[in-house]
Amino acid sequence: MAFVLTHLVPGDPAVANLGDRASADPVAVRIYREHFGLDKPLPVQYFVYLGNLLHGDLGESEQSQRPVSTDLAEYIPATAELAITSIVLACLLGITLGVIAALNRNRLSDQIIRVVSLGGMSTPQFWLALVALYIFFYKLSWVPGSGRLDAIVLPPPHLTGLFTIDSLAAGQFDVFANSIQHLILPACVLAAFNMGLFTRFTRSAVLEVLENDYVRTARAKGLPELTVVFRHILRAASPPILTVVGLAFGNVMTGTVLVENIFSWPGIGQYSYRSATALDLPAIVGVMLFVAIVYILVNMVVDILYGIIDPRVQLA
Amino acid sequence: MTTLLSVRDLRVWLDTARGPLPIVDGVSFDISAGQVFGLAGESGSGKTITALALLGLLPAGARTGGSAILDGRDLMTMRTAQRRRTRGREVAMVFQDPMSSLHPMLTIERQLTEHLRYQLGMSRKEADERAVELLTEVRIPNPEAALRGHPHQFSGGMRQRIQIAIALACEPRLLVADEPTTALDVTVQAGILRLLHRLCQEKDLAVMLITHDLGVLSALADTVTVMYAGRVVESGPTAQVMGRSRHPYTRGLVDSLPHPEAADRALVPIAGEPAGPESRPAGCAFHPRCRYMEPPCATAVPPLIRIDDGREMACPVDPLVASLAR
Ligand SMILES: Nc1ncnc2c1ncn2[C@@H]1O[C@H](COP(=O)(O)OP(=O)(O)O)[C@@H](O)[C@H]1O
Ligand SMILES: [Mg+2]
Repeated sequence: MAFVLTHLVPGDPAVANLGDRASADPVAVRIYREHFGLDKPLPVQYFVYLGNLLHGDLGESEQSQRPVSTDLAEYIPATAELAITSIVLACLLGITLGVIAALNRNRLSDQIIRVVSLGGMSTPQFWLALVALYIFFYKLSWVPGSGRLDAIVLPPPHLTGLFTIDSLAAGQFDVFANSIQHLILPACVLAAFNMGLFTRFTRSAVLEVLENDYVRTARAKGLPELTVVFRHILRAASPPILTVVGLAFGNVMTGTVLVENIFSWPGIGQYSYRSATALDLPAIVGVMLFVAIVYILVNMVVDILYGIIDPRVQLA
Repeated sequence: MTTLLSVRDLRVWLDTARGPLPIVDGVSFDISAGQVFGLAGESGSGKTITALALLGLLPAGARTGGSAILDGRDLMTMRTAQRRRTRGREVAMVFQDPMSSLHPMLTIERQLTEHLRYQLGMSRKEADERAVELLTEVRIPNPEAALRGHPHQFSGGMRQRIQIAIALACEPRLLVADEPTTALDVTVQAGILRLLHRLCQEKDLAVMLITHDLGVLSALADTVTVMYAGRVVESGPTAQVMGRSRHPYTRGLVDSLPHPEAADRALVPIAGEPAGPESRPAGCAFHPRCRYMEPPCATAVPPLIRIDDGREMACPVDPLVASLAR
């Protein structure tokens, strides 16, 4: 699928990658095509590609001249760190605000939260990123503006590739602090939309649950309000929230392209942007494959969680 | 026979689309330990709201008045935190619909032990042992396995027993059962009622049994209070109120019951519709539906008057009341 789509793109990858040299030197074009197998008919290319894929071989990136799998292995952890942090932030904030809004329906706090969440959902991401950079990096200098670590800081020993986790595992707390500083701003920018989305969904899901008799039963037991809210109400409201959190992985993947470029975050978003503008087909297909796998995994996890949250759901 | 709970002039206003409306309008009754107190009346007469007021579980925006004295302390003016501690431990409640009153996603164990652990500070092991005891007490077969189950795996009657076990967990002194059998099959109803009766006798528990079906009360209740449109119209020992009902409304309710000895006798439903809180008639709220209506009924709210056979009733037309009032 990904393969076919990318090859329908008009444009000659050889020309795009060789630039001016293409018109000046037809031999270079031919060598380039032979090197990447582009001279063979498309179906042949496809089966060659599939065969390689089975061996974990995604081909070679025309840009970096390295195997795509090597590139992906380098960039995926950076994106994973950014994406997961932003989703966690959006969940914590969004669900908390949503619960508060529902419990104070139509009161002042509900109105304020409504404005905040709609603001988060309707602010364009690039604008938010630029404003955040301007304020927190340029004006206040609270956070660094780019990269995953300061240039003088060495990355922690490789374990997961997530610098926050690896640095903690290695006991390098200064590296941890530095990576958090770099992470926080792009993660927040990436989280803004989902924070608003999760707030709206949580609010309506909780309002629906509040109507139920079992909430009254929980109160009739004399349980403290926090227990009623978290154990009884939020548990019952969680399936629709889980659905929207799962879907949010999609818009986070899209969001990383912009955010990683603005914040010079060396992840899949930047990589796919570079590959796309260079028509680096093996790299693009590799990225698409990665995104597809994320979708499938997220869906699987969501399905499994449904079964854990609600015992009435039978796993098919 | 000691009075456990003494309710005086209880009033509840609820927020509605038309502003605050009086739903419960000056209700008084006493409940004694070890007895079944029956609260009857057609649907919409304010029985559930009365019960919720006692537990402090009224919907948001409710206002209350009057007093409900339990052990010398007034439930109606208690602070929120103190009030919460009485829930489950002093006054517990079983709700009408067993299908929706249990949390569908939590195990029976969780729902049966969370308040044991929070309210009584039991360890998990102690709470589990107590839970098995409770399930045995309400006659759930195979209690250990039941603890690991979820509500959807049980029938309506079983769920109602589980609700009762949950309510009994912290050994409350008053169990409020709001229409506990209305949502159940007839064959299952009797079992639940017998269970309530047995618990009441064995545990010196007071049971407030709320129902729109007077028939449920005749065999079970020691005293009965009949409500109409948020007010008490007649109350007293079951034998008096049901066997020799005097108030036209109570009589109407009794006449509309199927008769055990004369199953073929035609049932006589009360004519007309019950008055909603937004259109409550002046005077005795029942007068538009009453066969014995006389002019004074439509002007002044009749007071509850005690007659010598131990009952109280509110009907100015009744000859006994009239003679006493004179
Ligand atoms: N949450 C609510 N808001 C407004 N009115 C209510 C609410 N709940 C109940 N009522 C009204 O209060 C009246 C008494 O209700 P309820 O106590 O449930 O009656 P019963 O239990 O005797 O059938 C009804 O007329 C109903 O319309
Ligand atoms: Mg009711």
